[in-house]
Amino acid sequence: MASRKIAPEQVRHVARLARLSLAPDEEDRIRANMDEILGYIDKLNELSTDSIEPTAQVGDAGTPTRADAVTNRPDADAMLANAPARERGYFKVPKIID
Amino acid sequence: MAPSSELNRLTISDAADRLRRREFSALELTRACLERIGAVDPKLNAFITVTEEEAIAQAEEADRRLKAGGAATLCGIPLGIKDIYCTAGVRTTCASKILENFVPPFDATVIAKLRCEGAVFVGKTNMDEFAMGSSTENSAFGPTTNPHDRTRVAGGSSGGSAAAVAADECLGALGTDTGGSIREPAAFCGVVGIKPTYSRVSRYGVVAYASSLDQVGPFSKSVRDAAILLRTLAGEDPQDSTCSARPVPDYERALTGNVKGLCIGVPKEFFVEGMQPEVEKAVRTMLKHYESMGASTMEISLPHSSYAIACYYIVATAEASANLARYDGVRYGLREGAEDNIELNEKTRERGFGAEVKRRIMLGTFALSAGYYDAYYLKAMKVRTLIRRDFERAFENCDVIVTPVAPTTAFRLGEKMSDPLTMYLSDIFTISVNLAGLPGLSMPCGYDANDLPIGMQIIGPQFSEEMVLRAGDALERSGAVPLRRPAL
Repeated sequence: MASRKIAPEQVRHVARLARLSLAPDEEDRIRANMDEILGYIDKLNELSTDSIEPTAQVGDAGTPTRADAVTNRPDADAMLANAPARERGYFKVPKIID
Repeated sequence: MAPSSELNRLTISDAADRLRRREFSALELTRACLERIGAVDPKLNAFITVTEEEAIAQAEEADRRLKAGGAATLCGIPLGIKDIYCTAGVRTTCASKILENFVPPFDATVIAKLRCEGAVFVGKTNMDEFAMGSSTENSAFGPTTNPHDRTRVAGGSSGGSAAAVAADECLGALGTDTGGSIREPAAFCGVVGIKPTYSRVSRYGVVAYASSLDQVGPFSKSVRDAAILLRTLAGEDPQDSTCSARPVPDYERALTGNVKGLCIGVPKEFFVEGMQPEVEKAVRTMLKHYESMGASTMEISLPHSSYAIACYYIVATAEASANLARYDGVRYGLREGAEDNIELNEKTRERGFGAEVKRRIMLGTFALSAGYYDAYYLKAMKVRTLIRRDFERAFENCDVIVTPVAPTTAFRLGEKMSDPLTMYLSDIFTISVNLAGLPGLSMPCGYDANDLPIGMQIIGPQFSEEMVLRAGDALERSGAVPLRRPAL
């Protein structure tokens, strides 16, 4: 992973993945920020980690399981109360399938 | 009876005693805090939402319980709540436009616990948007200023909670800490803050930033108060699958005042060039005090310290990019009009998120994207293992580790906003503690030539909060730390 500048197309691609529509000047600023920060992050390559296990979690709970049973009371109205648009029991959005 | 204008200056411990001796009522105590908020908050901006009516109702209920007897220690105690905690029926914004009018239909577990004990919530405190920041300048509701010097930051991301306690707007407060967001504002504002062991406190109902790093913790005016609050907050929760089932000790009982034989590790990598000399001096003075109390100090090494920030800004941003995907304009929060769903998501997020949030989402998305996952995220997870191991090795030879909290005292508003990386580097002493999942206490240990507070950090092995709090409380009780109120 050599130190290199991140290309505008890469920024646009990442923005698409992140569902962010950036204005052109914003895109430039973020690209400059990312360059600087990723440049700094490159220092991790000073460390040899081939034989090191990754740490994903630092808690002691493991992965607890429980019975697949409903334990909460249904309260659709409460769940829909903050909806920007609703219709009957649904969150309303622009048409997804033509 | 103390005049109402002074009740808000009490510690939780004192107030709890005096409430039981009927020296004043919970209602009088809450009113004193609300009056104080009215008087000083326009200058500080520590609160996003003040919940005056609810607080009064809670205080009246607390008085009923106190009269009946058997009330919990926190009954009637006014607290500030960082606006990242879901509080049923009360607006919860995370200091973001995207949640400006969001009203949660449920309480976070720790909020429910505090309600159960009869605590009073005076309001929701200001923060960096979605907990991303070290100065509370990234709030969509304006920055919180430092009560000790209002041209300076209160620290972040829990700046509102820290400032509120420092200014006696409440007797304690809740914050969250992902890379230092309780410890650093505590240091900048001259109050106590503790980030418990990862998994010690439930995160259910706490809006997620980075799920393997986030932790709930209290702010207070004394270490004893922090112990009292933590005793209530900690404990298992089936609704948070990462929350530990380990029993919760009585943290207040552990405050014996005794540190004889305690071995304190002092990491050489934490006393670096570019640090404010008064910060180093204050911490070293405290180490001398500890020695005079029968503790011993030794130099240790945490060799991978200089990689912690780089590691964090991959892990945390990657996790954040996943956690913030839910703000899409569909089920709650801001929605911008659009013809199709992708545009709906994009425009909503573009309009609703601030610059720092967007920056971190972009970084995190990049680090997880195809072709870059191994080089960035996987690499960072491996470096995280090295950082954890540094602490494990250190704790084979010492009981606790003492460091400064930040390389400087509170910086000026606007000073670090033009270069994100400069802001990130101020987390240098706190961030590795989150990566390793350890408890870290921040407490005042002195003041610089500008009367700005300096904070000292005490780090322990996982689940060693009793020892960490005992060490902090012993120092505080010895009178080594002269506490000063901000002149407001």
